[in-house]
Amino acid sequence: MLKVDKLSAGYGNIQILWDVSLQVNKGEIVALIGGNGAGKSTLVRSITGLLGAYSGNIEFLDKKISGLEPYKIAELGLSHIPEGRRIFTEMSVRENLEMGAYPKNSWKNRKKTLSSVYEMFPRLKERERQLARTFSGGEQQMLAMGRGLMSLPKLCIIDEPSNGLAPKVVMEIFEIIKNMRAQGITILLIEQNVKQTLEISDRAYVLENGRIVMEGDCATCLASAHIKKAYLGL
Amino acid sequence: MNLSNINWKQLSKTFAAPLVILLALALMPFYGWEYGVSLFSHFLIYIILTVSWVMFSGATGYISLATAAFYGIGIYSAALLHPATGFSLPLIAVIIVSAAASFLVAFIVGAITLRLKGIYFAMFTFGLVLLLFQVINYVETSILGQRGRFVALESNETIYYYLLGIFVVTMIVTFFIKNTKYGLALRSIGENEDAAAHSGVNVTMVKVLIFAVSAALMSTVGVVMATKTIYVDASTAFNPMMSFSPALMAIFGGMANLYGPAVGAVIFSYVQEILQTGNLNNYYMLIFGSILIATILYMPQGLMGLIQNLWNRLKGAKRALTRG
Repeated sequence: MLKVDKLSAGYGNIQILWDVSLQVNKGEIVALIGGNGAGKSTLVRSITGLLGAYSGNIEFLDKKISGLEPYKIAELGLSHIPEGRRIFTEMSVRENLEMGAYPKNSWKNRKKTLSSVYEMFPRLKERERQLARTFSGGEQQMLAMGRGLMSLPKLCIIDEPSNGLAPKVVMEIFEIIKNMRAQGITILLIEQNVKQTLEISDRAYVLENGRIVMEGDCATCLASAHIKKAYLGL
Repeated sequence: MNLSNINWKQLSKTFAAPLVILLALALMPFYGWEYGVSLFSHFLIYIILTVSWVMFSGATGYISLATAAFYGIGIYSAALLHPATGFSLPLIAVIIVSAAASFLVAFIVGAITLRLKGIYFAMFTFGLVLLLFQVINYVETSILGQRGRFVALESNETIYYYLLGIFVVTMIVTFFIKNTKYGLALRSIGENEDAAAHSGVNVTMVKVLIFAVSAALMSTVGVVMATKTIYVDASTAFNPMMSFSPALMAIFGGMANLYGPAVGAVIFSYVQEILQTGNLNNYYMLIFGSILIATILYMPQGLMGLIQNLWNRLKGAKRALTRG
């Protein structure tokens, strides 16, 4: 579904990504793991069209998307749920969700999608008129995920959803991610919370210093000495 | 807006009051109150400029100081196409030409400058005012050898009705933007452009387009106002005050709803009118400035925000942080 092929990218003279290749197949949860500064955000910015590449190719649904404007990529069905829960704080919950349905095809269905999102997140319905900035961290993450679903995406890139949340809320979020997959949405999950991420994912890529240093199914990754030492502190 | 399931009750509730006000305004010249017509013309100018300014800058947070440039384009359109002597187009045609010209200028300027953020955008848009002033001034004094131009005058009633018409168009455009997904898109751009782009908003296009629409509206006011003064030149057309006033009136009135900018514009232009007729013109800026500082310090939501808060408190409502 998503294929990144030998991508090199960066900012001006500072190259961040070096020949990064990865693939996400339909129906999978694929984890992308890496510490701070590994290049995760740069990779996401390249895939979603905010950043041009030096070289390499990105395909989504067998269509080349490198070089397309971000809104065109969103219209194709690639939804990005940003890190730091970048929701629209001065808008109501409902307006945030409607913004998620902005691409042409999903705008027509927004009422229907809205009720299914409310079903998934009942707390959002209770507070649909409340300003998003009054929400707690966990609620903001739920809203960000609800907004991401409003575009009826085929692929969701979820950027560090557990960042800064209480363990109990993190478990809830991971349940929701599994639930999303059950509904047929393919997921690229970007995380620093390695153990839990590998538990719910099918395959994983490990990004270090802008290069993919390991890839494989999650059991293999969990068993690897390098992962244990560098990410799990075992 | 889905036309098939319009809630007529809601619609009549929304539109009843504006229609009554509009009717009262339309009958203005028949009240026999000569001064009223020119006073309300004065109000309408600033309401249109302020509401058009808020349309783009209020929602996106891009502070534009180019209002005077577009207003000036309107004035010069009238000077060139509706002169006191010689070939002259009808006023409505001049308005359309001027709106198109301003739209084009704003579109080009917007495409170049809307990647600038914060203070840089404000500076550049203000630079546009000065640039147009200098260019026209240079062309007139050094090439044509004639400074300023004479415009065909229109009666106070004609001016009033043109302004009222433009006002209605401005309100319809604003209402349309607010109630379609473009309104949401503009506000999302104001909050976070990257997130807006990720949500599927063609950020550049939306910004440039709405900037150009607001510019077109601003210029039409210039056309009409040019017919009130017989002589115009570059310094009256591109007066920087026309850039600052709408922004300040909007801040004073509050930008959360449609009424805020309009109320701010009426109050301030009335104060200006009183002080100017009383030859206290110099005090106008002093008072204007003081009120503005007080507004920013003590009522950041503007006058309408303050009234809303008081009203909520009176009702004992605890839902201050909702919207929609």
